[in-house]
Amino acid sequence: MRKIIKDRQIIEDNWHYLASTDATPTKLVLPQGDIVVSLTAWQNCQEQLLAHQRKLGLCLQSDEEPSLVKDDLEHFALIAIDFPKFSDGRGYTSARELRTRYAYTGEIRATGDVLRDQLYIMERCGFNAFEVREDRSLEEAMSAFDDFSFNYQADTRNQLPSYRKS
Amino acid sequence: MYAYTENDQKIIEQRVAQYRNQTQRYLAGELSDDEFLVLRLQNGLYIQRHAPMLRVAIPHGMINSKQIRMLAHIARHHDKGYAHFSTRQNIQFNWPELKEVPEILEKLASVQMHAIQTSGNCIRNTTSDQYAGVAVDEIVDPRPYCEIIRQWSTFHPEFTLLPRKFKIAVSGARSDRAATQVHDIGLYLIKNAEGEIGFKVFVGGGLGRTPVVAPVIKEFLPEQHLLSYLEAILRVYNRHGRRDNKYKARIKILVKALTPEVFAEKVAAEWAELKDGPMTLPREEIDRIKACYQGPQYQSFPGDDENFITQLKSSPSFKIWVNRNTVQHKVPGYRIVNLSLKETGQAPGDVSDDALDTIADLADRYSFGEVRSTHEQNLVFADVQQSDLFALWNELKTLGYATPNIGLLTDVICCPGGDFCALANAKSIPIAEQIQRRFENLDYLHDIGELDINISGCMNACGHHHVGHIGILGVDKKGKEFYQVSLGGSANEDAAIGKIIGPSFDEEEIANVIEKIVAVYLENRIEGERFIDTYRRIELAPFKERVYAKNN
Repeated sequence: MRKIIKDRQIIEDNWHYLASTDATPTKLVLPQGDIVVSLTAWQNCQEQLLAHQRKLGLCLQSDEEPSLVKDDLEHFALIAIDFPKFSDGRGYTSARELRTRYAYTGEIRATGDVLRDQLYIMERCGFNAFEVREDRSLEEAMSAFDDFSFNYQADTRNQLPSYRKS
Repeated sequence: MYAYTENDQKIIEQRVAQYRNQTQRYLAGELSDDEFLVLRLQNGLYIQRHAPMLRVAIPHGMINSKQIRMLAHIARHHDKGYAHFSTRQNIQFNWPELKEVPEILEKLASVQMHAIQTSGNCIRNTTSDQYAGVAVDEIVDPRPYCEIIRQWSTFHPEFTLLPRKFKIAVSGARSDRAATQVHDIGLYLIKNAEGEIGFKVFVGGGLGRTPVVAPVIKEFLPEQHLLSYLEAILRVYNRHGRRDNKYKARIKILVKALTPEVFAEKVAAEWAELKDGPMTLPREEIDRIKACYQGPQYQSFPGDDENFITQLKSSPSFKIWVNRNTVQHKVPGYRIVNLSLKETGQAPGDVSDDALDTIADLADRYSFGEVRSTHEQNLVFADVQQSDLFALWNELKTLGYATPNIGLLTDVICCPGGDFCALANAKSIPIAEQIQRRFENLDYLHDIGELDINISGCMNACGHHHVGHIGILGVDKKGKEFYQVSLGGSANEDAAIGKIIGPSFDEEEIANVIEKIVAVYLENRIEGERFIDTYRRIELAPFKERVYAKNN
């Protein structure tokens, strides 16, 4: 089983990504266990997915805005945000919107091209789980959370910017 | 100028450690070239034609003598003995060793300097007016707001990987000396009818392949809302800016595609969520930062210095220098002094290690230990006593920084070009020199008067050719270098993009072409008109006709 970082711990991951080969399936073949589905799968097969007895996760691509699922968030224990390449910064805004605008409290996971050097800012934007690329050391990546001990801006962990703290 | 707090210092030191770790992992083969590229760019390190280039931030152009001595040290020990001032008030080293960069950054951090976000697709150094705080036409000093923006934009978690680079400029005077309207965000400090301070907000200006003068999206933004409004703009851009095509990724393309009105509505919607929230700037914070910019302890003088008046009468060349290279100061008895880095034969903006040390010494002796870098790639001593001007002039002459050409044709803005830059299509420094040699005669030069010539070695427009009164762009045609000339650009409060005059020219023709353009101006000008005024009145046709007339 794959290992990931969640809440600053290295843990075994038991979520299954549902591979969708068909762009607009009307009925999905669901495996056992907790599953993560694409936005298309969620939009097309909502009833079937809600009937599934296990936990449900959603994976958003970098160009899929959280506003598209703002009324559905209660159904998802996890929202994964994909980074097609690590220089694509839209996922940061998606995570931040989920936490601050939609008050989403479930797991927000970074998936795709996720490397040690993004973890510090990803966490500040609201990510709490990280699928670090499999060719990289998770132990080494953990040290990224200590890169800085001070920030100017407010973030999803600290509600006030530096100039509002005494 | 701003002095770091303990936290400001801590953050740049931790950045040095982080970057050292990244460099070590790259050298050990744990990071690929592409992965390291994004990381090193966030820290101002490019790989250039001959070696890496390290760009160091000079926040809003303010630098002190201690910092300049450190730059001299770095130029001497980690480079080939010189550095280059850029058009965005930063300084660049062209020859550092990649593995020495962490050590260079550590040395910079020891004098409150850094290279954070001086390149890469993030919010860059905020630039401003080189006469800020001392100009007679100033409405509000822009520097405290630049520093507030610096802190907000430093390692902003959401805006570290934007679609493209992002540049902000702030101007607080009646004359715009910061090319504010050709920035991604341009801010004019103004006062409303009640005397409250706020900003006129321009978004989506820029040069490069698609030159645009920015439209206004907000006429008056009260100062306490500065950061929440900037945050709203950046949120819209990060979400909606194009990422499929590097050349269409700047915010100007988004603003144009949506129209400024629709863009402004989207910003307003984001802002509604942030306005009056925790980002609102408390009065105490604005005052804390402003306190750093109170200015030095000026002596009080009743009026002009008598010796200075006598020297002006007895030395015509001193008078020419005073008139051209110095500017009226808001405090009686003082003047603002420009150091021209545009002596003929000198690459515009380049300064040697020894010269940097001397500049630091002169700043200590004549201008309270502070120096400013300018958008035109010159330096400024902002607070010189009138009684010291004659002595300072003599010292600057020895250094080669007293050429009385500030704002004149030979005060060329110029990128490093094909001699250094990997992106360039053509050389630019030799073109600057060719022009400077042709117009060396001071009487002729001064008769021509104010004329901005800007030269870029490629479409990326680092020499801001679009906004030069005369702009020159290097282009490559089948492996040979040609130069396209445009007229009528302006980077000031009357910002405009120049018009291309016609087919491009061979390298050796450039000085002749400029001479013909100048001749048309001199023949047509009405008393008191600058080149740009005459151009606006008679427009492009007469210039075009002369330049392309068959020789007979």
